[in-house]
Amino acid sequence: MNVIAVPATLDDRSFDQMLAALHRGDPKGGAGEAAGRVLVDARKLRWVDPYGMLGLLAIGAVAARGGEKPRFQIPESADVVSYLARMAFFDHAAEVYDIHGGSRRAGDSGSEVLLEITPVQSHMDVHRIVDRVNERALAILTKQLDYPLKEAFQFSVMLSEVCQNIIDHAEAGGWVATQTYNWSRRLGRKVVSIAVMDLGIGFYGSLASEHAARYGDRWSHASALEAAFIHGLTRFHDPGRGQGLQQIRKQVGRWNGKISIRSGTARIADVPAWDDAPPLEEDLPRFPGAQIAIIIPSRMTEEDAKSPTSRAAAPVGKGGTR
Amino acid sequence: MSDLGPVVPLRFDLSDLVRKSVATLYSHLVTRPTGQALRLGIESQITELGAVCLTVLDFSEVVVLDYSCAEETIAKLIQRFQREDRPTEAFFIVRGIDDRHRETIEAVLGRQGLAIAAEPADGRATVIGQVSEREMAAWQALEELGRAQVPAIAAKLGAADADVEEVLEELARRRVVARMATPRTYFALRPLLTPG
Repeated sequence: MNVIAVPATLDDRSFDQMLAALHRGDPKGGAGEAAGRVLVDARKLRWVDPYGMLGLLAIGAVAARGGEKPRFQIPESADVVSYLARMAFFDHAAEVYDIHGGSRRAGDSGSEVLLEITPVQSHMDVHRIVDRVNERALAILTKQLDYPLKEAFQFSVMLSEVCQNIIDHAEAGGWVATQTYNWSRRLGRKVVSIAVMDLGIGFYGSLASEHAARYGDRWSHASALEAAFIHGLTRFHDPGRGQGLQQIRKQVGRWNGKISIRSGTARIADVPAWDDAPPLEEDLPRFPGAQIAIIIPSRMTEEDAKSPTSRAAAPVGKGGTR
Repeated sequence: MSDLGPVVPLRFDLSDLVRKSVATLYSHLVTRPTGQALRLGIESQITELGAVCLTVLDFSEVVVLDYSCAEETIAKLIQRFQREDRPTEAFFIVRGIDDRHRETIEAVLGRQGLAIAAEPADGRATVIGQVSEREMAAWQALEELGRAQVPAIAAKLGAADADVEEVLEELARRRVVARMATPRTYFALRPLLTPG
């Protein structure tokens, strides 16, 4: 049995620890498809964001490709279990895992579910998601995160575009989840977190036929991400394509937020001052598809952004991402 | 009616159209297939008319407009009727746009060097998309005059006739003003919506 210990804090950074464990169990050196029987042990999990949750589903789905359904040991923390239940995690996990452990009941907690884990497989799913989220998102962004209404409308636009990224490029289905919570330890303010994941062909696979030849030896998961993320390239000839991601970056930058995309063996990010992630990481454990994390903090005043002692973000995007 | 011949006004409430042509349950203008369906529906009605057509795209009831849908609906519609093989003469005005839509439309048009006449919700007519200062000045001068020939607009702008003519020709090519060949006369679009 290949045991993958889920870190106590599970987000876009610590997700890679689980992937490394999955890889160690794969004798064929793949992404974990041949890892044998896998146990994802979440007993010590104390905090998880939407990205971490979708990551658990994604790891389970990849491990199951080997033929045996992996096992999932549920967290000991009642709060975490309750939160996972409210995010509909167990409904989706039951399709991927044999679940072991105690109660899976939802209860109240300090976080607010904006969109529970939702599959994205068609454009009609995007319509449903925007319909369900728009009014709640407007209320949260204006009343809790202090954004003016005219900016808050952009949240649904961003969510729509990021979900379409799966349908248009992944050649596989995926999931989306979004939630708001008080990120007191890390940032001292409320945030909205969006996670989108798929297990499709990834940016490398999506762009290869159109762009790999031009890059020659430099073609890699990292260069594919740079091509899409920084230069707005897509596999389509249509010059109107590719702007969704660019507009998402622009909006996240305006909000002093963070966006990162992991695909294959690389991760690229627009990193605000309040975060210490590198803008580009390579040689990560290989994993199929694309995994997108967006974090939007409550509105920062100019004073917040300028104060050297605060952990507020400075504007991003003026000098690119590198 | 104008010297352009009969100009047929067509108005599309896009929020209503999306329910009729794409999905009864959903009213937001999101996704490329939604934009494609809207565009094809609009295009087929314009083509059926077979006359000079001034089309109002009404966004008053639209809450969410994403980039993909805006690109498929507005940008591709303009491109279709800019081409030499266009099925008929058609011009476009977006109406009822506000903060929810404006930035999105600006971005998708600007990216491809396109522009469209607009009646924002606050009522002040303008052109959005990629438009230079010279183009905007000429467009506004024509908007005030309603219809005019080059010397009148040049006089209003205090610019040389040749420069103004160049700008107006470009605005006509981009379908944000209409043009009659003989005598060479330019028409602001909004007054054409008013009968008489």
